[in-house]
Amino acid sequence: MKKKAPFPLVRTIASWFIALLLFFPLFWLGITAFKTEGQAIAGHLFFSPTLASFVEVQARSDYLHYAFNSLITSVVSTVLGLLIAAPAAYSMAFFRTKKTRDILMWMLSTKMMPAVGALVPIYVMAQTTGMLDSLPALIIVFTLSNLPIMVWMLYSAFKEVPNDILEAVRLDGATVWDEFRHAILPLTMGGIASTGLLCLVLAWNEAFWSLNLTSANAGTLAALIAQYSSPEGLFWAKLSAASLLAIAPIIVFGWFSQKQLVQGLTFGAVK
Amino acid sequence: MSRFLPRALMAPAVVTLFAWMIVPLVMTIYFSLIHYNLNQPGEHGFVGLENFRYFITDPDFWPSVLQTLELLGWVIVITVVMGVGLALLINEPFPGQGIVRVLLISPFFVMPTVNALLWKHMMMNPIYGVLGRVWTFFGATPVDWMTDWPLLSVIIILAWQWLPFACLIFITSLQSLDREQMEAARMDGATKLHQFWYLTLPHLGRSIAVVVMIEMIFLMSVFAEIFTTTSGGPGNASTNLAFLIYKQALMSFDVGVASAGALFAVVLANIAAVFLIRMVGKNLD
Repeated sequence: MKKKAPFPLVRTIASWFIALLLFFPLFWLGITAFKTEGQAIAGHLFFSPTLASFVEVQARSDYLHYAFNSLITSVVSTVLGLLIAAPAAYSMAFFRTKKTRDILMWMLSTKMMPAVGALVPIYVMAQTTGMLDSLPALIIVFTLSNLPIMVWMLYSAFKEVPNDILEAVRLDGATVWDEFRHAILPLTMGGIASTGLLCLVLAWNEAFWSLNLTSANAGTLAALIAQYSSPEGLFWAKLSAASLLAIAPIIVFGWFSQKQLVQGLTFGAVK
Repeated sequence: MSRFLPRALMAPAVVTLFAWMIVPLVMTIYFSLIHYNLNQPGEHGFVGLENFRYFITDPDFWPSVLQTLELLGWVIVITVVMGVGLALLINEPFPGQGIVRVLLISPFFVMPTVNALLWKHMMMNPIYGVLGRVWTFFGATPVDWMTDWPLLSVIIILAWQWLPFACLIFITSLQSLDREQMEAARMDGATKLHQFWYLTLPHLGRSIAVVVMIEMIFLMSVFAEIFTTTSGGPGNASTNLAFLIYKQALMSFDVGVASAGALFAVVLANIAAVFLIRMVGKNLD
């Protein structure tokens, strides 16, 4: 007799239990943001919510200013990155030579170098060009540090385009631009979208360069949070409120785009 | 056309990345050979390999190399093992699968500074933290994580952040597992363990390689999570190479020594890259 699949109840309970356990820290952060400082320390599950901490965070450190910086740097660096990475990935995928893999690996290896190794030179360059604590400096750095990943993801996506489609288009005498726009773009939209989504997330969450290259003017949300890191009396509710404000946009964005994001996250590993 | 165009298309990415790599590298090599301390104005005399000697003989050097590798190794092992387990668990449909997926994926979107502070204060604080309360509830003595287990704390924080990523990739990979093959194996009386070992695991091979590669790229130079939690301490107990270089550059203001250290990190990254290319590079075609 055929064996029945394991009773889904156990699986269901186990899955839910683990998922809730892993999500718990974020849930806790979320409710602490609506507590008073005293309630935050007391750590009760039930309390009467207050918006006091949010008001104080905005008053003390102008949340909207930092949020604006985060938005601009992540969107612009993503768009810029796509514009540079897409032609390179296209060239690698459709005009493949023996060197293609070496170039790709070289690109990825630049990403492996610890950013801190380049910190002093980049800092000095930013200082001498007067770009320290400016949005363009951050945008350039974000674009370049995400570029290898973008090229890799787009390359994986483009590679999946069947060859006969390309040949048919080329026989029709289409230019490279036509070929890209009418054949490749529609077929790889999913991959391009997920590349963009991932880079948006990475740039929004980038902390190293934001912490070291910016202060009040070009600081992003990741840098704003660091201001709440040193204990000063009771500060958990304020920390939670600031954190929630910083992560909520990207988490909600991530929830809605997760299916799309996952599609390209496999880096060509899943056929 | 067919010769010129591919190169022209590749040029912007290659040129910018090359500049991004080579300009800082040349400057770092130059700085590493001179005396350059921001606190001591004056001429920047050539000092040969003195900065390198100083950096290597720093008592923090070997511990930080070791801790860099420990951190990398443990986080990768934890996320891959738990990721595969979780992916297998939630792969089959069950009530609320969509919501479970959304809950699981969430930590991936949290920025490192928030992640680190959330764990440092609200989870791991020995008195008011959630973990401390749980320990007390079960009658155990709460652990002062950041003081007594600094490196483990950082590992836990990083594993929590990277688990969703690993898990998601494995779930996607599992969806293309050949079901008929699985069914055939079951008919032939293969145990669950055999099915996992001979069918599922080999199928996941490529995606495991990718997860290891991506995590290695990002974990080699973990900084924000250490900066915001333990600041490398107590002592040097949670200092990795990236943080040690940072300490030299921005806390001791010694650009020369920091640059020498940065070159070590570059060498380490390249060793890892060669190793990676051997291991997963062939999986990319």
